[in-house]
Amino acid sequence: MKETILVEHLEKVFYSQNDMEIIALTDMNLRVPENEFLCILGPSGCGKSTLLRIIAGLEKASSGRVFYNGREHTKPCREIGMVFQSYSLMPWLNVLDNIALGLEFAGVSKPERMAIAREYLDMIGMSNFGKAFPYELSGGMQQRVAIARALANNPDVLLMDEPFGALDAYTRIIMQKELLRIWEQRKKTIIFVTHSVDEAVYLADRIILMSGNPGRIKKEIAITIPRVRERSNPRYGELTSELLALLEGA
Amino acid sequence: MQKTFNKLILSLILPALLLIVWQLSAWQAQNATVLPTIGRVLENFIHATDNFIGLGSIPRNIGVSLIRVLSGYTVGVLIAVPLGVLMGYSKTIQQIFETFVNIFRPIPPLAWQPLALAIFGMASIATLFNMPFGQQYVFWGNFKIAMVFLIGMGSFFPVVANVMFGVQSVRQTLIDSARVLGASEKDIFFKILIPAAAPSIINGLRVGLAIGWACLVGAEMLPGSVAGVGYLITHAYELARTDLVITGMICIGGVGALLDSIFRIIANKYFSWESKTR
Ligand SMILES: Nc1ncnc2c1ncn2[C@@H]1O[C@H](COP(=O)(O)OP(=O)(O)O)[C@@H](O)[C@H]1O
Ligand SMILES: [Mg+2]
Repeated sequence: MKETILVEHLEKVFYSQNDMEIIALTDMNLRVPENEFLCILGPSGCGKSTLLRIIAGLEKASSGRVFYNGREHTKPCREIGMVFQSYSLMPWLNVLDNIALGLEFAGVSKPERMAIAREYLDMIGMSNFGKAFPYELSGGMQQRVAIARALANNPDVLLMDEPFGALDAYTRIIMQKELLRIWEQRKKTIIFVTHSVDEAVYLADRIILMSGNPGRIKKEIAITIPRVRERSNPRYGELTSELLALLEGA
Repeated sequence: MQKTFNKLILSLILPALLLIVWQLSAWQAQNATVLPTIGRVLENFIHATDNFIGLGSIPRNIGVSLIRVLSGYTVGVLIAVPLGVLMGYSKTIQQIFETFVNIFRPIPPLAWQPLALAIFGMASIATLFNMPFGQQYVFWGNFKIAMVFLIGMGSFFPVVANVMFGVQSVRQTLIDSARVLGASEKDIFFKILIPAAAPSIINGLRVGLAIGWACLVGAEMLPGSVAGVGYLITHAYELARTDLVITGMICIGGVGALLDSIFRIIANKYFSWESKTR
């Protein structure tokens, strides 16, 4: 299978205030085939966000390279979308205008982009909230809008940085189901960062387990449980405990 | 309804107290040059359209002052807003201008008076546009470039500082989100930074106008002025007409508060998202 994202020998060093070196990532290598749902799992501070930001082109690598469809990728572009953990909506735009923002940047005419935005608004089940402003929405609703905004741009790759981290357990489960449905429907390559073992086992085709100091890949596990996955499935429980044990040693 | 009424009552307590103290002190002083009674000052407002000490009516003086302040303010703002935005946007531009701005900022605008006079002399809007002599010329001759400069100086610094701060404090996540949605540098500038900083920009404009308006009396002390509330105050003082001085002060305070509330209304109407966003 053709790979969509390829990461080669990626290294990222930050310098702290007192010029101390912080090695956020070292020798990261990653192949993400087309239409894969990849989860990156790891303790906080292990460099997950940094990896995603470099893939998005928001941050420069210290060394190593990122390829998208075989070409080196260094700058953000609309083919690679990203959903942040929280508070990423433009507070001065209403929900519809937020969803349509990427299309506005792309020069899509107003009636056309509004029609598309409405379609995604319906998809996230918020048809009545088009004119609402972000401050009028709960955290879960804001996050749904952020996802709709990323999807409305019809990106090829979707990078998601703990997008459900700020949500309550119930909303989170609903959103996970919803995301899988969209992924199956629209066929996208998704790199999904989380520190929740359960979330990773529920969502992923494959899990990359990272460990910190310095951030690197510790293990790779393919999840072959057929979807929709039942949390009561014994295989599900086994994988979860295995990963938890690995995380503890990470 | 009850709430608005309570708010009104609360906001009127201190002004009422001030009036009582004023009136009691005036009776005590028994000297209209030291402190006239409220009645004397009220009289001036009742006869606002009279010709006061040869300077014309109160509305006319307010009008002249308003034009002065607004022209100085406009010039100051037209330079300050783009500069502030650019300084907030680019570290390099900030470094080029920051020290320069910081050196001039603490200088009170009125300290520029002698220099303003030396540089601009008696030049006015009338001479600037080469108007032919006549009624128009006399009217526009009231608006000396030196005054416009002083008021512009007063408005300039708070606007630059607020605008720069506003642009700099735009959350990185918003900029990053726009970039991954495919925003060009121009989009980031006009569709993210400017709207995100708009509440700070409006606040800067508001503070700038307040300070420009407060520079009025000083600016109108410059020679060549024969109208304006500031000049009215100076001239009334020379004639020991304290009641007129107070009348002028009330006009400045009232108009200033009015201008300020216009900005507040705009901010509440269009930028309420800012105070409501956590
Ligand atoms: N801008 C930065 N400057 C300095 N250090 C940073 C910066 N961003 C991240 N780091 C450091 O890099 C490491 C990885 O951070 P991050 O990628 O955010 O981890 P994660 O998302 O897995 O929690 C951490 O030690 C963090 O302190
Ligand atoms: Mg993170």
